[in-house]
Order: sequence, then C-alpha cells, then structure tokens
Amino acid sequence: MMWLDTLVQGMLLGGLYALFAAGLSLVFGIMRLVNLAHGDLIVFAAYLVLTGVTLLGLSPWVAALIAMPVMFALGWLLQAAVLNRVLGKDILPPLLVTFGLSVAVQNGLLEAFSADSRRIPAGALEGASLDLGLVTVGVMPLMTFASAILAIMALNGLFYHTALGRAFRATSDDAVTAGLMGIEPKRVFAIATGIAMVVVTLAALYLGMRANFDPSIGPARLIYAFEAVIIGGLGSLWGTLAGGIIIGVAQTAGAAVNPEWQILAGHIAFLVVMLLKPRGLFPRAVD
Amino acid sequence: MYRLTTRTRAGTATEIAVLVLVLAGLALPAVTPRGVIQDLFFILTMLTLAQIWNLLAGYGGLVSVGQQAFVGIGAYAMFAGVILLGWNPVAAILLGGLAALALAVPTAFFAFRLQGAYFAIGTWVIAEVTRLLIAQWKALGGGTGTSLPREATSNIMGTDAIRALFGVREAAARDILAYWLALALVVVVTGCIYWLLRSRLGLALAAVRDNVEAAQAVGVDVGRLKWAVFLIAAAATGLTGALIFVQTARISPEAAFAVTDWTAYVIFIVVIGGIGTIEGPIVGVLVFFALRSALADYGSWYLMTLGLAAIAVMLFAPKGLWGLISARTGLHLFPVRRRLAGPKIEGGN
Repeated sequence: MMWLDTLVQGMLLGGLYALFAAGLSLVFGIMRLVNLAHGDLIVFAAYLVLTGVTLLGLSPWVAALIAMPVMFALGWLLQAAVLNRVLGKDILPPLLVTFGLSVAVQNGLLEAFSADSRRIPAGALEGASLDLGLVTVGVMPLMTFASAILAIMALNGLFYHTALGRAFRATSDDAVTAGLMGIEPKRVFAIATGIAMVVVTLAALYLGMRANFDPSIGPARLIYAFEAVIIGGLGSLWGTLAGGIIIGVAQTAGAAVNPEWQILAGHIAFLVVMLLKPRGLFPRAVD
Repeated sequence: MYRLTTRTRAGTATEIAVLVLVLAGLALPAVTPRGVIQDLFFILTMLTLAQIWNLLAGYGGLVSVGQQAFVGIGAYAMFAGVILLGWNPVAAILLGGLAALALAVPTAFFAFRLQGAYFAIGTWVIAEVTRLLIAQWKALGGGTGTSLPREATSNIMGTDAIRALFGVREAAARDILAYWLALALVVVVTGCIYWLLRSRLGLALAAVRDNVEAAQAVGVDVGRLKWAVFLIAAAATGLTGALIFVQTARISPEAAFAVTDWTAYVIFIVVIGGIGTIEGPIVGVLVFFALRSALADYGSWYLMTLGLAAIAVMLFAPKGLWGLISARTGLHLFPVRRRLAGPKIEGGN
C-alpha cells in the first residue's frame, strides 16, 4: 500500500500548493498580471500572523483572521497605487515591478526579522494524525487540503454567482468592452488583488504552521504556485487545484524514489504537461 | 548619391572614446590596487550579462527569467573541463560557452512553445531543473560545491607573464588576467550587439519588437530570428558565467544558479539604465555599482533600495535614466537608427 500512501500524501501536499496558487490564479486570470512577488507576499503574511501570535499572544487562527483585512488593504493599495499604472499589453513592466517588489519585500523581512527560521506554533495540531484504515494522514495536511477546497469553492462562488464576479469575468475576457458597460477595470483589479491577498494570508497560516520559514523561501513557493496555475490553465480555479495536486503527487512520488529528487520531480511534471498542453489542462480564458 | 546610414557624429565620437577607454583599461592594472581591479571585473561582467539580457528582452522580446541556467551551466562546464579533463581554466571558459549553447537548444524547443508570461516562468523552471540536476553531479561536489584545484589555478596560461610584467603575487596576477578577459568579453559582446543592430538582422529585430504580424508580412522569419537571438545570448552568457567562476575559483549550485545575482540584478541594471538601448545597461551598471558601494555597510537595505529604485524607474521613467537623458538632449551614443545622408534636397517649401 506504499503507492496509495504516496498518492494520498501527494494529494494533500498538492492542497498546500493549490492554496499558494489560488490567489495568483485569480489575479493572473483576471488581469494577466505575473506577480513575481506572490511568494514573498505569502512569507510576509506568515510573519504578520507570527507577530500576532508572539507579540499579542493570539491563537494562530485569530491572528490570521486579523491579518486578512490588513492584507486585503495592502493588496488593494498595491494594485491601485502601483500595479494599475504598469498594466498593459506589454508584460515586461508589471514583471519588472513585481520583481523589484519581491527583492524589496525579501530584504525588508530580512532586516525586520533576521534570517533565522521561524514557525507559527500550532499546539496539539502539530503532530496529530488520523488513522483512515489504509493510510494514516496528518491532521494539518488534511486541514490544509480542506481549506484549499473551501477557498476555491468560495472564490468560484464569488466568480460565478455575484455581480462582482461578473465584473471579474467580463474584465478578464475584454477589459475595454467591460469598461464600456460601466465597469471600471482598475477598481475591479484593486478588489481582485485585495481578495488574492486574503487567500495569501490563509496560505501563509498553513505555510507557517506546517514547516519552518525564513525571509528567503518566497521564490521557491512562487514557482510551485505558478506551475500549479499554468498546469491548470488560465482562469480556471479548479484547474489550479488539479495543477497543485499534480505537482504534489509528482514531488511525493519523486521523494519516495530518492529524497533528493522531490523538487526535481515536481518541475519535470510541469515541463511534461507544458510539452503536451502549452495552454494548460483546463484553460477558461484565452490570453 | 543618397545613401542610408546609421553613422552620426556622436556615434563616431563614441567609437573613438571607447577605443581610448579600452586602451586605458588594458594599462590600468599597472597603476591601480587589486581591489579596484576586482571591482572593475565585477562591473564588466555584470555589464556583459546586462547587454545580453537587453538583447534578449529589449530587442528580441524574449523576457527570460532563467538566464542563471546559462551562467551556471557555463561555470560548471568550465569546472568540469579543469577538474575532469585537466584543461587550463582559460581554455575551459570556451567549454562553458559550448555547454550553454547545448543547453539552449532543448530550452528553446520547450520555451518557444510558451507565450509571454508562460515563457518567463518556463525559463525559470528550466533553470531550477538544471540546478537540481547539476547538484546531483557528485564529481563536481554535488550540492555543496567545490573549488578549483590549486595546481590548476597556479599555472593559468599567461599569469607568469603578468607577474613578471607588473611584479605582483600570483593571486593578483589571476585577477588581472580575469579582468582583461572580462574587458575583452564586454567589448566583443557589446560590439557584436551594436553591429547586429545596425545590420539587416537588427532591422528585422526592431520590426519584430514593434509589431510581430507586420514584420512577418514583410517577410521576416520571426521564429528563426528568435532562435538565433536566444542561442547567441545563451552562449555569451555561458562564457561570462565561466569567466566569473574562474575568478572566484569556487562553485556551488546555489551560487552558480542564483536567480538574484544573475537575473534579478541584471534586469534591474537594464531597467534602471534604460531597456532597448546599448547605452542603458552602461548607465545602469554604474548606478548599480554606486548604490552597492554607498550602501555596502547596510546589508539588506541595499537590496531593498535597489528593488524600490527599479519600481520607481518603471513607474516614473519607463525608458530608464538613459531614456530621460536621450529625450532631453537627443543624444545617441550608439546610433542604430537609419537616416538618409547626402546633399541637401533643394526646392519644395
């Protein structure tokens, strides 16, 4: 039953990657923005939650709940003040701005929190596991996976069943025409980035509770997240979950063969999917 | 009687100035301490990488975030040549260029299937895959890395002559040699890019950059052009990477494939200086070095400033510092624009 265990653990790991990727997928799908600072913003949110826990003595969940509106405001501000000014047909300006932001956030965190690796204390949850008969799974990975599904369901609900979601989809399909219909794309973009930052906070909570983190780990998380988004296809949130699971399973399977191959196996799975389907598995929108 | 030319008086003046600067640069080790030579080595190699990335992104429209793959593979191929084949490090630099070229072929096959943002991320993933594979290569130190053996670094070709010429120690002689090679490399790379942009190929590149469909309509083979630019850039990046690690004489997968050092900084240099011009990277590398020197004692504040500076430039001067200067003065030190030259046309109004 070794392979079943690998598969289940891989899927649960995929939940974490999908959580990293959900916010990115939303932003990328709506405004084609490649946010190279996404990974560093996750780490930033993790430090925000950690500060709430250590400084104010809050439980991680309460700290994350408080951090969410703060991150929403930051995301909104970032989009309104900076990113909206560089969005356009050319992908280079937003790419460069977010690259600059990535380096700035990383080094700002380094200055504020040092390079020591930290962890958000999760109490009894940390080592807890659940015996499901055939396999034993950790409670934390299971909660991560459940949160990823809930987050994607919530985002999809927002996307397909609300007026705001209609504005998101319209702007995603054709920002100019959406503008003619009375939608202001820049306002829509700012709200979308704000929502993405709320999801980022949730991802940061699990990132911080599951393993140690330090200011430098953002870019690696960004790559996994981007792979999940691209495998899934532009604008498809369930696709992003599928992408996360593919990366997670590939990594766990690689690690089962040789621990040094874990990360490599995930990247190779991405390359294979890209070779077969350059637009991803379930693209909703065209780019 | 009338002809098309890219030649201007500013252009000719620049060529003379560059010639003088290069000659002065060659003689510089006679009068400057070792620290200055090392700084100059750093500036010249970063400038080379910046010119190459500028060719890729600024002219070729290929926004690669994975150039560290070619720096790393070039450096590792050089180490392999020295440690496994017993080559002289200077000769092994060429091996670095070849290895990067070899890696660029499958990379291009894969990455050219992807568009825009996907291309950027795809190249980054390939760089990561290359790093992880190289980290498995136990003969070259695996994940922890290795150093060039002493017997290899102590008899690099030409260092004896340099020691005799300047009366310096062996390590300083090695720095001088590396500096000269860096000077030669930056002149050759910049010169080739300048030549390329003034040739038919450069015209085609500019056409593709401005409008792909229109360029295709007038007969430009866009696919072949992008292949050519990507392969040339990869080989030159590999040579630069190999040279950088001849000077440091120590390698590890983290250092050789560092996305920050070999891609982020390079992009900042190009952006701050001005993308799509040959002058831009030159201005950019000077600003980069000045910032680095001024904030050297403040650790991570320096990188934070650099990141924020890149954002500010992108917001307020998208064409970079050189773009500002050029727009004010109309100056083009490396003119690539074609103009009609000949006698003044009489008549008309």
